[in-house]
Amino acid sequence: MAVSSAYLARKAAKAEKSAKSSSKQDLKNSGLTQDEELKAYYDMLMIRRFEEKAGQLYGMGQIGGFCHLYIGQEAVVVGMEMGAIEGDQRITSYRDHGHMLACGMEAKGVMAELTGRQGGLSKGKGGSMHMFSVEKQFYGGHGIVGAQVPLGAGLAFANKYRGNKNVSMVYFGDGAANQGQVYETFNMTSIWKLPVIFVIENNRYAMGTSATRSTAASDHLGARGEAFGIPSEQVDGMDVRAVKEAADRAMEHCRAGEGPYILEMMTYRYRGHSMSDPAKYRSKEEVQKMREEHDPIEQVKARLLASNRATEEDLKKMDADIREIVTAAADFAVADALPDVSELYTDIYKSA
Amino acid sequence: MPTILMPALSPTMEEGKLAKWLKNVGDPVKAGDILAEIETDKATMEIEAIDEGALTEIIVPAGTEGVKVNAPIAVIGAPSVGTSSGAVAPPSPEEKDEANAKPTPFSSGESARRADEVSQQQDPEIPAGTEMVSMTVREAIRTAMSEEMRADKDVFLMGEEVGQYQGAYKISQGMLDEFGPERVIDTPITEHGFTGIATGAAFAGLKPIVEFMTFNFAMQAIDHIINSAAKTLYMSGGQMGCPIVFRGANGAAARVGAQHSQDYAAWYAQIPGLKVVMPYTAADAKGLMKAAIRDPNPVIFLENEILYGKSFDVPKLDDWIVPIGKARIARAGHHVTIVSFGIGMTYALGAAEKLAAEGIEAEVVDLRTIRPLDIETVIASVKKTNRCVCVEEGFPRFSVTSELAAEIMTHAFDYLDAPVARVAGKDVPMPYASNLEKLALPTVDEVVAAAKGVLYV
Repeated sequence: MAVSSAYLARKAAKAEKSAKSSSKQDLKNSGLTQDEELKAYYDMLMIRRFEEKAGQLYGMGQIGGFCHLYIGQEAVVVGMEMGAIEGDQRITSYRDHGHMLACGMEAKGVMAELTGRQGGLSKGKGGSMHMFSVEKQFYGGHGIVGAQVPLGAGLAFANKYRGNKNVSMVYFGDGAANQGQVYETFNMTSIWKLPVIFVIENNRYAMGTSATRSTAASDHLGARGEAFGIPSEQVDGMDVRAVKEAADRAMEHCRAGEGPYILEMMTYRYRGHSMSDPAKYRSKEEVQKMREEHDPIEQVKARLLASNRATEEDLKKMDADIREIVTAAADFAVADALPDVSELYTDIYKSA
Repeated sequence: MPTILMPALSPTMEEGKLAKWLKNVGDPVKAGDILAEIETDKATMEIEAIDEGALTEIIVPAGTEGVKVNAPIAVIGAPSVGTSSGAVAPPSPEEKDEANAKPTPFSSGESARRADEVSQQQDPEIPAGTEMVSMTVREAIRTAMSEEMRADKDVFLMGEEVGQYQGAYKISQGMLDEFGPERVIDTPITEHGFTGIATGAAFAGLKPIVEFMTFNFAMQAIDHIINSAAKTLYMSGGQMGCPIVFRGANGAAARVGAQHSQDYAAWYAQIPGLKVVMPYTAADAKGLMKAAIRDPNPVIFLENEILYGKSFDVPKLDDWIVPIGKARIARAGHHVTIVSFGIGMTYALGAAEKLAAEGIEAEVVDLRTIRPLDIETVIASVKKTNRCVCVEEGFPRFSVTSELAAEIMTHAFDYLDAPVARVAGKDVPMPYASNLEKLALPTVDEVVAAAKGVLYV
């Protein structure tokens, strides 16, 4: 079983037909500049290493409650961010660490929020699922499945109201795609032509329920936009190049005032739904196959090396730098003080 | 000989204007013919003839305003028969019953003004000599929104039928013309979705006013009101903001049954991060609406369909603001304190009037804001009177009056000469039948009885 068996089968058939798609040529024609490719590699690896560390801290009891890791899905946010400009907003669900890192929020602040410390991005009062950055235009971090969809459309509403060219990127999963509020939002964003990209991260499992069991026509969720006149694309969400290209098309559509756009990212999470999920609903082989054949980071690494854009040494150095940042973030997150008890009663109301 | 009565065109209509007769005396009429046009504060409607005959008499001429529901307006007789003078049908038993059971003695404009004057004498916020203008609650809310929209381009109104239809209850009448479709936005009938969109727009710094046609429908959207709007400031460690007003008709209207007749004051007042406002008078509706729009927090603004058409004096001031979180002494007294809010004030003031006739001077406190609760004003009054009755229209269990009773016990236990009494709606879904509906709501007499109870008289 791959990302979506039907989808990948179609893709494979297409690739076989195309004579020029030898793996070597594919490796050399990345479609990204060297800088873009290196940045994509760095950003994805940062998320991977951060999440591995978070998993470790969770296991040590330093992180409480729910903790949803993004490992495996890194190409989605990193590719989308490559299409963003200053002022564009992003909003997502509770699987949010990757989105925050990708838009430039500091690893230290995110990690310290996971441990519930005063130096966390929400002063320790939000936790893994509830973080925000007005500066980076990151609007959460929402714990209620599907809630971020109309909220993100509201950010797009503000762009249109103010007459700017910004776009709101709204991420949600295949599970949230069954929420009624998603379709209420599709309807309104379409009639009001709001500049919003709905990024469906189809990782094939709504917690422990596979999309095939919970979701009608689960191999093409973007098609659900057709009923509302919203164009959509299905994208190989494990390939950062494909994500970036699709993001560019979607951004152009939105910035031109053409209304919403749906990108269905076919992706996969390697870990369980949350740290407390043993993921017994799928086979180890399924996960192993994804890691070996479709890993988003390994794909970029192979291309960088094949095209001589980077050496093994360069990439090792990058990994070491990232590990250093992540370790420092974890050290800070564990050593930082708990929020002052006076914080219990602050930030409930804003004073006029 | 059939008498045509003034029809009720909405569940809460009490009177209307007979705009135009489409038939003249002597004209033949058959069933289905349009006889006249009636204007209410919400709409213009046509009356059709049910009987066949000729229009023999027009009792209420075209252009007459304030025609009471069920008043005879015309007579249809047999064709070509002379006029039948004085064919005024006696009021139906139902009508008599309505009149007697009317919970408030302030149904006429004059007594309403009188009730308000009491408060104005004691309200320190109005400078002496300020001109007062009579205004309905509906006009007050509309004026407040329009003034704020003129002053701040980030403020916009969104909801079902707020634009082209001019508002389901005509609150936003004329606003589309003034502000255009970018700022007076008609939504599909999808509360969950548009409440989320408005909340997201508030996250981005705009100042939405979300109209719920009634708060009953906001239950579909309550996740966004509570989980998204109310909690995000806290969850973000103070970074985010959500300057938004959720407003609309709340509570029982009239004869609309269980799903359209619920008071949500206690529901929202339970939530940290929300402010909850429930005005009674037009002056408070206007001043509190302006305050709510300017407030940087999510504000629940609970209106009442029955109060929309009631007139009160509103101070003519450039910028009339009533602060959120301040109660008002609506009537001074020293024997017993009656605390209420919103439409509950009709029972409270009605009871005070009746009690006064028996020499009992009740002090009536209008909370105006439910959260934050101005318990200090209540406690100060209770310390003076030593007795208290709390009144609300909502369900009685785990209610606003339950909270008041607990707070009064905590802060004024030693001053109480009797346990705090409560008068609320009954602990049942709202029934449809007129007699049962009356029984389900509080009455002035219940408040009077409760006051006498705490006075042991």
